[in-house]
Amino acid sequence: MIAPADGNGIAIVPVRGIVFGMTGFVRRFLRLLAAAFRDLLPIALVITFFQLVVLQQPFPNIERVLIGVVFVAVGLTLFVRGLEMGLFPLGEAMADAFARKGSLTGLLTFAFALGFGATVAEPALIAVAAEGARAATEAKVIADDPDALTSYALHLRLTVAVSVGVALVIGVLRILKGWPIHYLIIGGYIVVMALTTMAPPEIVGIAYDSGGITTSTITVPLVAALGVGLATVIRGRNPAIDGFGLIAFASLTPIMFVLVFGMVVGGR
Amino acid sequence: MEILRHTLNTLAATIVDVTPIITILLVFQVFFLRQKLPNARRIVVGFLYVVGGLALFLVGLEEALFPLGRTMAAQLTAPEFTGTARAAGADWRDYLWVYAFAAGVGFATTIAEPALIAVSLKARDISGGTIHVLGLRLAVAFGVAVGVALGTFRIVTGTPLPFYIIAVYVIVILQTYCSSKSIIPLAYDSGGVATSTVTVPVVTALGLGLATAIPGRSPLIDGFGLIAFACVFPIMSVMAYAWLTAWLLRLKGRSEREKPR
Repeated sequence: MIAPADGNGIAIVPVRGIVFGMTGFVRRFLRLLAAAFRDLLPIALVITFFQLVVLQQPFPNIERVLIGVVFVAVGLTLFVRGLEMGLFPLGEAMADAFARKGSLTGLLTFAFALGFGATVAEPALIAVAAEGARAATEAKVIADDPDALTSYALHLRLTVAVSVGVALVIGVLRILKGWPIHYLIIGGYIVVMALTTMAPPEIVGIAYDSGGITTSTITVPLVAALGVGLATVIRGRNPAIDGFGLIAFASLTPIMFVLVFGMVVGGR
Repeated sequence: MEILRHTLNTLAATIVDVTPIITILLVFQVFFLRQKLPNARRIVVGFLYVVGGLALFLVGLEEALFPLGRTMAAQLTAPEFTGTARAAGADWRDYLWVYAFAAGVGFATTIAEPALIAVSLKARDISGGTIHVLGLRLAVAFGVAVGVALGTFRIVTGTPLPFYIIAVYVIVILQTYCSSKSIIPLAYDSGGVATSTVTVPVVTALGLGLATAIPGRSPLIDGFGLIAFACVFPIMSVMAYAWLTAWLLRLKGRSEREKPR
C-alpha cells in the first residue's frame, strides 16, 4: 500500500497491469474516482442498514439509485480535480495580486462583494428564507399574504448576504492585522447569546441555522485559498495561524444579523 | 432520457448559481487588479471541472440519495414505526432509531461533503502534513454525527434551542483556551464547512419530518436548529482531535524514551 502524493490522503494499491501504459491524467482521474467511491461508502452503508435491517423494506428503484451513485462519484472526482487546477490557484493568485497592489479599500471591497455575491443567490438560503417567512406568518409577525411573504423572505436573504459580506471584511482585516481569532469569535458568541435573550423566539432557530447554510461548496474553497494566500504573502503572518478563519466569521455574523432582523421586523 | 434532461437543467442551474461569483472575480480581475493570471487557461478548465462536477454531483444526489433519505426520515419518524400514540405525547425513548439514523446520516454525509475535502486539502498543505486529510474529515464528521443526534433529541423533547447552543458555546470557549493556536481557526472554520451541499438537505428533511410527526411540535418553529447543531459540534470535535493527536504523540515519545536499551 502506498499513499499517493495528490490523493485525499488515501492509500490504494496500484495494479501494475492496469495502470501500465496509461497517461498520468487518466491515472490521476482513476485514483480520485476510487477516493470518491470510498467517500460515498459510509452513506451506502448507513442507508442499506436502515433500509434492510431497521425498516425492513426492499430498495425502491435500485437501478436509479446506482446510476445516481455513479453520477455522484464522477461529479466529486471532477470537483476535486477542478479544485486543485482552478479554484485554489485562482484564490491564491488573486490574494497575491491584491497584496502587490497594496490597496486596502480595493481588497475590502472585493471581500464584501465576494461574500455578498456568493450568498445572495445561494439555493439553500433561498429555501430557508422562504421557510422563515412561513414561520413568521405562523407567529403572526407578518400578514399571511403572498406579497408580505415574498418581501420578508427577500429582506431576510439580503440581511444574510450583507452579513456574509461584513464577515469576509472582518476576516480579511483580521488576517492583515494579525488579530487573534478567538477574541473576535468569543466576543461574537457573547453578542449572539445576549441577542438571543432579546430576539423573538420564532426567529432564533432560523438565525442559528442561517450560519450553517451560507457557506456553499464553491465559496468555501475560494475563500479558504484567498485567506491562506493572503496569510502567505503578507510579511509576519503565519498561514497555519492566520490563513483559516474567514469561513468561521461567515457562519457567525449571519446569526447576529438575523437575530437583529427578527427584533426589528418582529417589533418587540 | 429523463436523467439527461435533469442533468442539463442542473448544469444550467449551477451555472446560474456561480454567475455572481464569476462576475465579481472577473470585474476585479479585469478592472482593478489588471494583472495577467498565471496559468489562466488551466484555471478556466479547473473552473469548468468544478461546475460540471458539482452539477453531476447534485444530479446524483437528487436521483439517489435525497428521495431515499427523505422517505427514510419520514418512515423512521412516523408514529406507526415509533409506536408513539398521538394523544399521549412523545416519549424520547420511542425514537432511539431516529437518533441512530441522525448520527449515521450526519457522519456519512459529512464524509462526502466536497467543501470539507477542499478545506482538509488546504489544511494539510499549510500544516506541512501534520494535519491528516482523513483524520480531520473523520473528526468533523464525528462532530456532525453527535450534533445532529442531539439535535433530533432536542426536537423530540421540545427543549429550547438557545439553552443547548449557549451550553455548547461555553464548552467551545473553554476548549479554545486549552487548544494550540494553530488549530483554533481551522476548528472554527470546520463548523461552517461541514454543512453544505450534501448535509443540509438531508438533515433539514430529517428535522422537518420529525417536527411534523411528533405531536405538539410545529415544523415551522421546531424543525429548525439541526443545522445549527451540525455547525457547532465539529468545532469541539476538531479541537478534541488536535488535543488527542498531540497527546498520542507525547505518549509515543515517552514510551520510546522509557524503552530499555
